[in-house]
Amino acid sequence: MNEMSPLHKRTVRTPDASPVNLSRRGFLGASLGALVLGVSLTPGGRALAQGAAPAIVPGTRVNAYIQIQPDSTVLFRSAFIEGGQGIFTAMAQIVGEELDVDPTQFVVACAPPGPDYTLIGGLRFTGGSMSVRMSYETMRKLGAAARRMLLEAAATQWKVPIAALTTQPGRVIHAASKRSIAYGDLAKAAAALPVPSNVPLRSRKDFRWIGKPVARIDIRDKSTGKATYAIDLKVDAMLYGAVQHGARLGMEPDALSNEDQVKAMPGVHSVHRLPGAVAVLASSWWRARRAVETLEITWTEAAPGSTVRVMPADYSSEAHLDDLKAHTGDGLAFETHGAVGPALAGAARIVEASYDAPHLAHAQLEPPSAIARFNADGTLEVWAPNQAPEMFQADAAKVAGIAPEKVILHSPILGGFFGRHFLYQSANPYPQAIQLAKAAGRPVKLVWTREEEFLRDALRPMGVARFRAGLDASGMPVALSAVAIGEGATGRWFGRTVDKVDSSAVEGIAGKVYAIANRRVGQIHVDDPAIIGFWRSVGHSMNDFFYETFFDEMADAGKQDPYELRRRLLADSPRHRKLIEAVADLSGGWKRGPFTADDGTRRARGVAMASPFGSEVATIVEVSLKDGEVVVHHVWVAIDPGSIVNPAIIEAQVNSAVALGLSSALLEEVIYENGVPRARNYDGYPILPPDRMPKVHVRIVESGAPMGGIGEPGLPGVPPAVVNAASVLTGKRIRSLPLSRTSLADAAG
Amino acid sequence: MDITINGQLHQLDIEPDTPLLWVLRDELGMTGTKYGCGLAQCGACTVLVDGQATRSCVTPLEAVAGSQVMTIEAVTQDPVGQKVVDAWVAQQVAQCGYCQSGQVMAATALLKQTPKPSDEDIAAAMINLCRCGTYNAIAAAVRHAAQA
Repeated sequence: MNEMSPLHKRTVRTPDASPVNLSRRGFLGASLGALVLGVSLTPGGRALAQGAAPAIVPGTRVNAYIQIQPDSTVLFRSAFIEGGQGIFTAMAQIVGEELDVDPTQFVVACAPPGPDYTLIGGLRFTGGSMSVRMSYETMRKLGAAARRMLLEAAATQWKVPIAALTTQPGRVIHAASKRSIAYGDLAKAAAALPVPSNVPLRSRKDFRWIGKPVARIDIRDKSTGKATYAIDLKVDAMLYGAVQHGARLGMEPDALSNEDQVKAMPGVHSVHRLPGAVAVLASSWWRARRAVETLEITWTEAAPGSTVRVMPADYSSEAHLDDLKAHTGDGLAFETHGAVGPALAGAARIVEASYDAPHLAHAQLEPPSAIARFNADGTLEVWAPNQAPEMFQADAAKVAGIAPEKVILHSPILGGFFGRHFLYQSANPYPQAIQLAKAAGRPVKLVWTREEEFLRDALRPMGVARFRAGLDASGMPVALSAVAIGEGATGRWFGRTVDKVDSSAVEGIAGKVYAIANRRVGQIHVDDPAIIGFWRSVGHSMNDFFYETFFDEMADAGKQDPYELRRRLLADSPRHRKLIEAVADLSGGWKRGPFTADDGTRRARGVAMASPFGSEVATIVEVSLKDGEVVVHHVWVAIDPGSIVNPAIIEAQVNSAVALGLSSALLEEVIYENGVPRARNYDGYPILPPDRMPKVHVRIVESGAPMGGIGEPGLPGVPPAVVNAASVLTGKRIRSLPLSRTSLADAAG
Repeated sequence: MDITINGQLHQLDIEPDTPLLWVLRDELGMTGTKYGCGLAQCGACTVLVDGQATRSCVTPLEAVAGSQVMTIEAVTQDPVGQKVVDAWVAQQVAQCGYCQSGQVMAATALLKQTPKPSDEDIAAAMINLCRCGTYNAIAAAVRHAAQA
């Protein structure tokens, strides 16, 4: 995913900066004296500037982000969407630090589409654990520029030099005359000033909020049912929609044998055929759902030349896994060091193993929904959960057959995402909502049932990896050859070059930090017939499991302790060595076991390292076995993201990533049979329940390295550490996830 | 049909087998109670019916006629509910927040019946799913509320 930007930059439109006249007075009148410069955002999201507009530099125009209200609270438009990762609070901390406004005084919402917000190399998405690290400096400068404008406005009003002024949170102070004025009272005057550049930033030692465990700004609303998600929204005169999809992707609806009966059901407005689905519109969602599920639909094969990806009727997860395993060879090289062939040939001992991991569903708790409304002025308004507003806006425009600037996209907070809400063909409900609103001539709110969501989610790809290592006579690894077999999500959605490896397919096997002199990582691309997508930590979610469990196999074959072997291979990498020692220390000192715990259970520990999304992570897990299942008691995580903004949010995100990583290791797999997923709800696709949540212990290490990500990095180390620990107890290596596939017996009986 | 929700009587002309969840959300505009699975698997739709934690997605409207229904919208009007919400804030439980209405209602039901729950009581009562994995914070918040 780190290579996403160059891949899809080619396909992105350049921002249209064509000049439009705009009355500053009229705009300010409309904005109730909020701090805004003489520019505004049109409903369509394009920024309009006065006169001949210079090219917009993302993240520089104060007005696009900050509106100080008359009561001095700050309405902040975030380039990134909140979905539980705490980004709205992080934005309030970072901007508030420089603006001198307490984060509690911020109201944050996701910004509309527009060139002001494309902070990730000219693009915008919430993903890749990039939000804070890609915007940190820019957001500080923005806050500092806004504060400077408020100071200038006060200096003019009081006729004093600006150097005589200071600020306290939310106020400008003139100490000499003991005067002070609230930001809200200066907002209008500040609006007339140009945005200053190169305003000095606050010194790190003076930070009040950055780096501190600031309380999240959205917690009370989320604890009282007041937080509003896409599924909670309502617009006037809307109809509710529910759909039934063809179970196998690519099938099209043909005859509806009981259409008249369904049309006569209570509250039913109309029945609609859509590409790959049938919809019912009704006066309430429950009526729509009941009606659409009553429909008797004959499904036919897709027409030749269908643009929809067609799932083969004989597709099964089992057969696809066999197919991946059947591919031989070393694949296209992605990463090479030294000469792995000769080193393997000269090795004292060869270790080989093959691993696999299944398709996974996102299973976020909020089912996808969308509202579409065509307005009298020719615009289309869409409310839809999304991680990439500009991409959704462009696609919605295509669906509606109108220009992108005619699409007003609203991005409500997300009831969980984990990669679910990118633009995936056939996996988003908003195209259906747009088509239905057009057909009905009324606004439509479409909600997918949990069952339709499990049918059409974009899955974490299935993967296989094969390893061959050479050990020297003392048991030290001297060569490692790995090949990842499957397809990466980045290549699927942002373009794959035939002779180039998609990094999302190999990340976590490539980019490892151990000093093994000769190594090669290759990839064999195999098309995945399923709709695949980004799933929290992307390729790392399975590749670090493959690599780090094979690492323990190498250690065992060479009669080395797996923790000590890692330390030895990190001898020249102080950052990583310090981190693995930190996690060992956090866990009370490394001990692999087996050992007997106070409660009499026989336990063991496993360790793993990962380098995902610019951060470094070391993980230790303690497990026992009970009734053939793994019980995870403790997870210790040391994470080095370089530098941090909010340690409390980091701890929460590590807890969350541990839960999802553990869930994938223990329980999760999407199983296809005859081209159709077997599970359609949580009863068939169990996710981690509360009674399987371990204690999680987190240590944050700030090495001062460039800032890394937080949302995803806690995940990849968990599955390998769990499996490494379990393998100590079973005495047998486990090479396939999830563990629920296998009844695990303790070797000690 | 006459239904009492948060102490207020509502006269509703709806098919009596409509799940309570959808009456709350679509008919009454009370969207704090969430749809997650529709099968009583996840608990995002938990409300209190005569003080009992109840999954409203599988509870027909007719089953609650004559009962007292309490939803997240009224939770802070209840002294125990207020303590639970304060504990949820103090422990910074929520991440995406989508399941938390149901979690808060489940905790409120527990503490109304068992003011000083053991860890086993908490584990037995707090069984709603959370995809963000806030389970440890939830358990801590329930203990916090019990001590408040």
